[in-house]
Amino acid sequence: MRKIKSWGPGLLLVAPSIVIIGIFVYVLIAATANESLTDRHSAAPAENYVGLENYVNLLDDDRFIHSLRNLAIMTVVFVAGTLFFGVLWAFLLEKGVKGEGFFRSTFLFPMAVSFVASGVVWRWLLNSAQGENAGGLNALFGMVGLDFLQNPWWSHPDWGMAAMAIPAIWQLSGYVMALFLAGFRGIPHELREAGRVDGASEAQLYRHVIFPQLSPVALTALIIIGHMSMKMFDLIMAVSGAQFLTEVPAVYMWQSLLTNDYAKAAAIAIVLLVVVAVLVVPYLVQNARAERQR
Amino acid sequence: MRRTSAFAGLAIAGLLLAACGDDGDGTEGTGAGTGEGSGEVEVFTWWTEGGEKAGLDGLVATFEEECADFEFVNGAVAGGAGANAKQVLASRLQTNDPPDTFQAHAGGELLDYINAGQLEGLSERYEQWGLTDSISAELLEAITVDGEIYSVPANVHRANVVWANPTVLEEAGLSTEAPASVDDWLADLETLRESGIQAPLAVAVDWTQTMLLEAVLLAELGTDAFNGLWDGSTDWGSAEVTAALEKYGQLLEYANDDRASLDWPDAVNKVTAGEAAYHLMGDWTAGKMDADGLTPDEDYVWWPAPGTDGVFQWLADSFVLPVGAPNPAGTECWLEVVGSYDGQKEFNTKKGSIPARTDTDPADYGPYLQSALEDWGSSELAFSLAHGSAAPIGWIDATNSAVGQFSSSGDVAQLQQQLEAAAG
Repeated sequence: MRKIKSWGPGLLLVAPSIVIIGIFVYVLIAATANESLTDRHSAAPAENYVGLENYVNLLDDDRFIHSLRNLAIMTVVFVAGTLFFGVLWAFLLEKGVKGEGFFRSTFLFPMAVSFVASGVVWRWLLNSAQGENAGGLNALFGMVGLDFLQNPWWSHPDWGMAAMAIPAIWQLSGYVMALFLAGFRGIPHELREAGRVDGASEAQLYRHVIFPQLSPVALTALIIIGHMSMKMFDLIMAVSGAQFLTEVPAVYMWQSLLTNDYAKAAAIAIVLLVVVAVLVVPYLVQNARAERQR
Repeated sequence: MRRTSAFAGLAIAGLLLAACGDDGDGTEGTGAGTGEGSGEVEVFTWWTEGGEKAGLDGLVATFEEECADFEFVNGAVAGGAGANAKQVLASRLQTNDPPDTFQAHAGGELLDYINAGQLEGLSERYEQWGLTDSISAELLEAITVDGEIYSVPANVHRANVVWANPTVLEEAGLSTEAPASVDDWLADLETLRESGIQAPLAVAVDWTQTMLLEAVLLAELGTDAFNGLWDGSTDWGSAEVTAALEKYGQLLEYANDDRASLDWPDAVNKVTAGEAAYHLMGDWTAGKMDADGLTPDEDYVWWPAPGTDGVFQWLADSFVLPVGAPNPAGTECWLEVVGSYDGQKEFNTKKGSIPARTDTDPADYGPYLQSALEDWGSSELAFSLAHGSAAPIGWIDATNSAVGQFSSSGDVAQLQQQLEAAAG
């Protein structure tokens, strides 16, 4: 009886969240997984369970493989780009700059813009026309005599998705910078002093004392940016619209849904979920372990 | 503590209010669902701006005169060229909460709804409203599925039209008349390139390329074989199709590289600005030319896509009677207006398309539409895949994707194999 008193109110308080999350997240995931095993390829209700057929078809589908490839290119460039700029900016600010607050805000602000809004602007900046008709960045390159830098951006058939990552990098580098800045600031000053007393050069200090302590921050940044990239939909729809060239699984899923191919859309959704889970779950497990050790 | 709970109370009240507010917005259009007998007719479209909205308003004006007992409720969903609306519609049909009527392309695109048992047949009403005699027999045949008609077409557009810049053609020493075949067109394109126009053929995103592909298939295969592509009587894997696809590939070599980033108005602009000579696009382009203040014959010319003279590749917006519509009597009155002479006149003179009826007075329409009316009466009819008269949406999407891939790969065999798979 007394026990209930100790955990009862707490449970009561979180119960609504548990129920709502249970229904709107886990029950719906189960419903989607269920749908992905059926033959519901039209607006009519499903007739049979077909096992893993939809998944097998996806792996055999050039279009799906192409969308995965697009996603991989974008994710690699997006993660590498945000980490590079994030670390660089955090490092520079941490060195002590005049007007740090100004720079910090400036770098962070793009994050406040929605992907759709920035995508509309970047659609124009990343205009693929070159030479006389150039617009956006290509026109800028033309104006300053850097014509050789003009390129088709996202409409390049092989590497266009790398250009698609540019707006995303622009938006989220500031966020990664904030993470790293907090990481730098969290390292006790004594450690640096101890290093210096022991005769470490500045480079050695960073290499052996500071960076190792930032690895949890780097992992966090990697996971957050990585899973954002996996789910990318809005930016691509705003920059290029739904088309083959820039299709990623999330866009393909939407297209399948629009064409009433519910089973295929559900299968793509589950594949996406698994891909994201592969990235996120180990991180959560590791986090939980670290908490317990503390 | 007390203050905290007061805050919490406020916050919860706020949330509830917000939730109610959302609800109100979300179901504004579905008000008709509960209004049985109150005479509301919810008309679901994606016509929210420009000529389309003006056309809808014209229909509504006629509806309010003819069906004074009923009240029009606008259930339009904006955005995404209908993509958003289709998504909303799909979920409403699924939860058995259909609007009283909705907009859809007549023909193949309706098959999904018909097969799912979501539409009522309208053949008897056609007799009753006298539509059987006033809509061309060929069109009626094309929209009849297993002996039943499921939609009332409000208008007709033509897809196989090439818009050209006469100044550019004349400077290259070419006639402003249509080339007789795709081969002649290719020769003209080469002449234009030699005269210094690098990309004489303007194309835009995937679906505009699908339109070009269709026009080439139509020209090379002929009307019957082309129409047979959609009912299985023509083989997608045949050598004739391969030859046509190769011609299509040659045409694309004369097209602009930045196509993926353009929409059709951008491609039309390339033509009117003299950067390119041709663009193949549906006849809604005439409306854009008018809006841009351009003069036919002087600033632009049009002709049926080379090799498709005498063939009218049609698409039509139509309205349907969904199963379980809350106010079927109201829907029927709406559909009768849509099919009527006055309704079609009000709608089409504003939207910039021609009526599906055969008793139209050409004097009400502009120069392009007059020529389209003449052709509509005298041409053979061909389906349009890109605009839904030929096949269900899944087929359209798969084709657009294949064409988009071909745009960068140029691999004819792969394109043909994917088109065959799309026909599945």
